[in-house]
Amino acid sequence: MTELYEELGLTVDEYRDIIRLLGRKPNEVELGMYSLMWSEHCSYKSSKMVLSQLPTRASYVLQGPGENAGIIDIGGGLAVAFKMESHNHPSAVEPYQGAATGIGGIVRDIFTMGARPIACLDPLRFGDPGKARTRYLLGGVVSGIAGYGNCLGIPTVGGDIYFDPCYDENPLVNVMCIGLMPKENLIRGLAKGKGNAVVLIGNRTGRDGIGGASILASQEFDESSQEKRPSVQVGDPFTEKLLIEACLELLDGELLVGLQDLGAAGISCACSETAARGNVGMRVYLERVPLREEMEPFEIVISESQERMLAIAEPDKLEQVMEVCGKWGLNAVVIGEVTDGDHMEMLWNGEKVADVPASTLADGPVYDRMAEKPSYMEEVQSLDPESLQHPEDYNRVLLDLAGGPNLCGKRWVYEQYDHMVQLNTVVYPGSDAAVLRVKGTSKGLAVSCDGNSRYVYLDPYVGTQITVAESARNVVAAGGVPMALTNCLNFGNPERPDIFWQFREAVRGLADSARFLELPVVSGNVSFYNESFGEAIYPTPVIGMVGLIGNLIHRRTIAFPREGMLVCMLGETRRELGGSEYLSMIHNLVAGQPPALELRREKKTQATCIEGIRLGLIRSAHDCSEGGVALTLLECCCAAGLGANLMVEDELEPIYWLFSESQSRFIIALEERDLVAMKELAVKREVPLSVLGCVEGSRLSINDWIDLEVEDMARTRDEALQDLMEGGVQD
Amino acid sequence: MRFGVVVFPGSNCEADCYHVIDEVLGEGVDYVWHREKDVSSYDCLILPGGFSYGDYLRCGAISRFSPVMEAITRFAGEGGLVIGICNGFQILLEAGLLSGAMLRNTRLNFICRFVDLRVENAGTPWTYKAREGQVLSMPIAHNEGNYMVDADTHELLANEGRIILRYCDRMGEISEKSNPNGAMDNIAGICNRDFNVFGLMPHPERASEDILGSVDGMVIWESIMAHYRGKG
Repeated sequence: MTELYEELGLTVDEYRDIIRLLGRKPNEVELGMYSLMWSEHCSYKSSKMVLSQLPTRASYVLQGPGENAGIIDIGGGLAVAFKMESHNHPSAVEPYQGAATGIGGIVRDIFTMGARPIACLDPLRFGDPGKARTRYLLGGVVSGIAGYGNCLGIPTVGGDIYFDPCYDENPLVNVMCIGLMPKENLIRGLAKGKGNAVVLIGNRTGRDGIGGASILASQEFDESSQEKRPSVQVGDPFTEKLLIEACLELLDGELLVGLQDLGAAGISCACSETAARGNVGMRVYLERVPLREEMEPFEIVISESQERMLAIAEPDKLEQVMEVCGKWGLNAVVIGEVTDGDHMEMLWNGEKVADVPASTLADGPVYDRMAEKPSYMEEVQSLDPESLQHPEDYNRVLLDLAGGPNLCGKRWVYEQYDHMVQLNTVVYPGSDAAVLRVKGTSKGLAVSCDGNSRYVYLDPYVGTQITVAESARNVVAAGGVPMALTNCLNFGNPERPDIFWQFREAVRGLADSARFLELPVVSGNVSFYNESFGEAIYPTPVIGMVGLIGNLIHRRTIAFPREGMLVCMLGETRRELGGSEYLSMIHNLVAGQPPALELRREKKTQATCIEGIRLGLIRSAHDCSEGGVALTLLECCCAAGLGANLMVEDELEPIYWLFSESQSRFIIALEERDLVAMKELAVKREVPLSVLGCVEGSRLSINDWIDLEVEDMARTRDEALQDLMEGGVQD
Repeated sequence: MRFGVVVFPGSNCEADCYHVIDEVLGEGVDYVWHREKDVSSYDCLILPGGFSYGDYLRCGAISRFSPVMEAITRFAGEGGLVIGICNGFQILLEAGLLSGAMLRNTRLNFICRFVDLRVENAGTPWTYKAREGQVLSMPIAHNEGNYMVDADTHELLANEGRIILRYCDRMGEISEKSNPNGAMDNIAGICNRDFNVFGLMPHPERASEDILGSVDGMVIWESIMAHYRGKG
């Protein structure tokens, strides 16, 4: 017979620890609380030690990791809160609700800090696009994001989508939200002040989402996964919208001491985290919690019903708090009070059903997991692309890449998202980074999400560094100075040494590159157990970068601005096809060494690009990444509806020149008269600059390698995803 | 001139409309909470886009019972200017201030993008400043913009010049291809009999500043102001 603690996902050692901490055996309610709070999802028990090496500070960081979201100061009394999270397993089980509640959760994290959510970005990973299940998941996830996000009136301005069979059963749904606030509105998720009221605001509590954090998020998938559907929460965006407005109104009126959203582990987590952060205790009367159905105390404390907030308020402000909630038609009930000491007490009609030290819930165990280099690495890295037979019809290769699922246009997705509401989006989806204006100032925010898991699979350290560098590069191409980043680290089972090695190497890469590029990591999320039937996904760290554009006249898109401009490359191309989209798409190989990244060179190249933009020399900029220079140029042309005539002199063979994914490169457009100044700038910064040709006509032509009509390229690129999703391709 | 932007629970374009009236037009503007019973002090009321009451029932079906709707009906009956944008249009249909109904977009997806619209009647308070046949570029962002009305009413709308905007291509041609959502006769915006109530699916407030990619929505705001000033 399995013990209850095992069923709840606790190990025997963890169970013994609980007994030791309490000095007695926990009862059922307490065990439920520990099982959730000590789950991987809530406690970060496997990742905490490794994550401690991340750089988190800078003069402008107002809030680093450990709160609901990270916050940076952007000057002028304004601050930006942002965070990324995963909702992978719920989305695998029920794509619409999984994705929808993912948005709900991350949005609550942002307004919990006192910020108005101004944008969402959603990095998504799916399996083989030829499979019906992939299309079902993609369709469901996109509708879920649209259904929830659009209703809230928060624009979804970016994200990315990649397909690989490693995500067949375990898709990734990462969600990022950005909020803007006056600095003085910053509020933290902490309880203080003995006798202050603990108010539960929002939806009634029901049986949905029971055990989401422990059962769904902290275990791998197998045949029984579909039975886990009841563990997926159901979203109610209308109530969430009311919660946003009500909470921001409460904060504007300075009516609250602390505010915390209820997410994973519900009341257990919200109460114990706020109490632990404030070094206080809390007494909660569970019979006061408004219920949708008859429930046991055990269920009430762990239910993950959505759209609920926990507010701490002084007793003399309660009446006003209730009034604001009433105005927005929201339930608001005082369910408990702040106490001295650190007891987390739960009562049920006068009977004490739980009494544990709050800090022991919030500070779970910490593990130093075994790590061992995976055996696959040597084999996959040993491939020498030189040994392959390369095709000679480069037009065909380019069109195949541009119409392939990974690199094709994602209009089918982002047109389902309201990406304009709030009137801040001044560079729409489809460029390197979305740009949001900050109303009332001349400033803008450039935001991008990135994560090439193929590189990380081939080399977790280098691959993760590239992810950080590329994300920063995308922000730079839009005219922004990268400020800080958030991340979502999606990996397999950390109890497996090979997976943990990937994780450790990836975090080392993240730490080293973030430190070198001076980018504090202000928030983040770790999602382990992304496995199904014993197979892990590619290690997939995803980075969300926020950059500041001091003056919006310096915002840039990827589109060539007009005919006659010079097309140049900043940086240089090397013989680097390892891990490329070309290898994967044309040779069906995920192998070789990912492109090399030299951080010093990366930093210099980014600085040159930013300076060139600020001086008004660079009129459009596009980061070169997957698909190489050829795809970059195609995108610049398609976005502009203009051609380019390019003559390239380079000792590299065409296949390398066109499709190598060398790092630290931009394609830029200049006025001819600015070339001298741009050259001087590049020489000063020691960054190679080469003139490729000029913007003209309606064809993209590169030597005698590429010659394609822009309209044809655009059609191939634009229609691919819609054809895939609506064309009824068979398995 | 004083505008009122009506806020229902779940509205989400109210701040955008407010921003344009206040910052771009420099006119007076207030939010009007859905419980308000008197709107007589305003010169024009805007029912903004969003998902009032979550659109869990038919779009606009619950909002029409808001206390403010009675006041708005009275206001409109006395000739007051009322414009419903997107969800606001849907509410005006549900409230019977405009004729017809909205079905889901034919492709069953939410659509957010710029579309081209042809001005069909430039003689209304909403389009004075436009030319007949002028093509305007404005964004749409909706799930249910597939306008539908019975044949008799459609004929009436057409004959009385109450079809104000239709989806077209860049050259102003109306075709199936230029119809983003399946709306009958490519209808994007209509008026009531007295032309003082206007509903449209596109968002003029999203096309009122250069930095957002189009200022074609300004023609609507400027028409309203010209009409008001002419009257005053």
